[in-house]
Amino acid sequence: MADYKIHLLVCGGTGCKSSESQILAEHLRNEIGNQGLKDYAQVVGTGCFGFCEKGPIVKIIPDNTFYTQVKPEDAKEIVEEHIVKGRKVSRLLYKDPKTEKIITDSKGMEFYKKQVRIALRNCGVIDPENIEEYIARDGYSALGKVLTSMTPEETIEIIKKSGLRGRGGAGFPTGLKWEITRQSPGKEKYVVCNADEGDPGAFMDRSILEGDPHSVIEAMAINGFCTGASNGLVYIRAEYPLAIDRLKNAIDQARHYGLLGEKIFGTDFCFDITLRYGAGAFVCGEETALIHSMEGGRGEPTMKPPFPSVKGYLGKPTNVNNVETFASVPVIINKGFEWYSSIGTEKSKGTKVFALAGKVNNVGLIEVPMGITLREVIFEIGGGIKNGKKFKGVQIGGPSGGCLTHKHLDVPIDYESLVAAGAMMGSGGMIIMDEDDCMVDVAKYFLDFTVDESCGKCTPCRVGNKRMHELLVNITKGNGTKDDIDRLMNLGNVIRDTSLCMLGQSAPNPVLSIIDNFREEYEAHIAEKKCPSGVCKALMIYEIVPENCVGCTACARACPVGAITGERKEIHRIDPSLCIKCGACMDRCKFNAVIVN
Amino acid sequence: MDKIRNLADLRELKDKLQSKTKLRDKSETPEQMVQIKVAMATCCIASGSRETMNYIVDELDKRNIDAVVTQTGCMGYCYAEPTVEVILPGKEPMVFGYVDSRKADEIIEKYIKGGMLVEGIIPVNYKKID
Repeated sequence: MADYKIHLLVCGGTGCKSSESQILAEHLRNEIGNQGLKDYAQVVGTGCFGFCEKGPIVKIIPDNTFYTQVKPEDAKEIVEEHIVKGRKVSRLLYKDPKTEKIITDSKGMEFYKKQVRIALRNCGVIDPENIEEYIARDGYSALGKVLTSMTPEETIEIIKKSGLRGRGGAGFPTGLKWEITRQSPGKEKYVVCNADEGDPGAFMDRSILEGDPHSVIEAMAINGFCTGASNGLVYIRAEYPLAIDRLKNAIDQARHYGLLGEKIFGTDFCFDITLRYGAGAFVCGEETALIHSMEGGRGEPTMKPPFPSVKGYLGKPTNVNNVETFASVPVIINKGFEWYSSIGTEKSKGTKVFALAGKVNNVGLIEVPMGITLREVIFEIGGGIKNGKKFKGVQIGGPSGGCLTHKHLDVPIDYESLVAAGAMMGSGGMIIMDEDDCMVDVAKYFLDFTVDESCGKCTPCRVGNKRMHELLVNITKGNGTKDDIDRLMNLGNVIRDTSLCMLGQSAPNPVLSIIDNFREEYEAHIAEKKCPSGVCKALMIYEIVPENCVGCTACARACPVGAITGERKEIHRIDPSLCIKCGACMDRCKFNAVIVN
Repeated sequence: MDKIRNLADLRELKDKLQSKTKLRDKSETPEQMVQIKVAMATCCIASGSRETMNYIVDELDKRNIDAVVTQTGCMGYCYAEPTVEVILPGKEPMVFGYVDSRKADEIIEKYIKGGMLVEGIIPVNYKKID
């Protein structure tokens, strides 16, 4: 059969799928069938394109047409106009928000210009449910090369020289970890893929597993060969059903093709992978807690050393790597460490995937070379702040990271620079905040998360974070005292120094970095009892300006708690003791008589 | 499908499958390749442009020429359909008229392979705005 002349790539990531991309793909297939073009055009469900802001995405190959926010009912027009007649459907094309120009070719999009896609190389390009598409793009050739022509030591040397570091957050050199696991004595060893992605707003690992599960399977097998393990385990959260389905399917296909199982590539190497489901506890992303959870125990961390590489799952040497780390391995083997280490900075090599979220125009998944600045990420790739508002801060590294401000915009993104600036790489969540966000509230939000997720094993984390959270709640309610900032800093430093695992050690980071960078906001809450951004409800007082009030009673009727009194044609009054600050009166008033203080 | 027993099996399978996704790689770097645009509006299709396009894609593949073939709307030269635009790397676009499979064969052999112009060029008679 001849090859297809046109490919229609439809995003099948969780984001686009929930916007009916599957139905859309079905409609496209039907329309193509109706036009008698079944052997001419092919519809492919792919992984995430990263441009989640405007999903569902349909990309048409070979002319690189990039359609955004496509609905199932648009299928007919796309097929009739574009596929049959070669005319692009301009209303669905992406429009650059700055220049208002319609962009027909995805390569012209600012969003893609600065990206380098290595871990995401197949996301949005291949059908993740079809192993043949992965093989067609060099899939499993790295495993083949390693098994048939290299020794484990040589392979580890390549990973070491490539400079790849753990993408889960801490940045431990991957090659070194592999070497330690290899050198640990023991006949039985394990390879574990950490897919317990728990940061709020982060979806890098999920997208890789959904878009390119085979790259992770291949890398785990390579790791098995290097460390001497024949069992692989993927610890994945049960709340990622699509990723689980695709991974299961991919493992089955790999077994079917003889790429997992006994005597892979005709050698004596045997390797297989099973899945373990996590219930979604944040602490289980910590490797020792993850291992205990897999063993059937409580998801609690234990002291390191011994490191899992020496004594891990069931007491055996266990190599734990993150999804993104694994996804980078096959390319490094295929293209060589020189190529990989030529990308990035001196100490941080290669690329990093980030999930852009918050008040930025292009919410989505991006992969950038290390050393790129925050400014480039937020204002070029991210397309700047939503609705033309002013940039205020960016939280990097999720609840363990720190908050950076405009003075850090030119900081290069690499492990060391981010730590020096008071944040951390983390797993790659990037939440952007604008002038409407209250930083004290943001600090409270992240601490709220860590207090909830603390496993409770050690006191500084269990009790200390709770106390910090109470202080923050007090401040946002207007009950803060002027010693509170010092108290927060003291407590934060103690928790940082004395907690057992990274969850506790990093929990105070958002609070402390926000004190560093936005001290004046804390002070406004404490001294003036005011929330400059108008977020903290308890500090807002709704009032009626007598001069503007005409006594129309609209606000009184809108008030759900009956806090507004006043007769018709008389000036109304809000009782602050009853007011719940819902803002309904303000929305209703046509005379701008309701104000917030 | 048989199991992959050794590296040779994998390579063989890859070679067999590669053409299925090659189009997606090519679309990343079209400027380094021969780009061919086939006009595919209703009028062009009626004159046989779809057959021409299929012929070109299949033949380029058989003759191992790396090229990106895309379809485009009506070029306006309806009198000379099917019309095909060929851009060789680093050269000005060239539009050919009355391209049936015989003509397409000549274009591939003489112009794309050998860089020699062939009969049937339609001179550019309009300006483009960007």
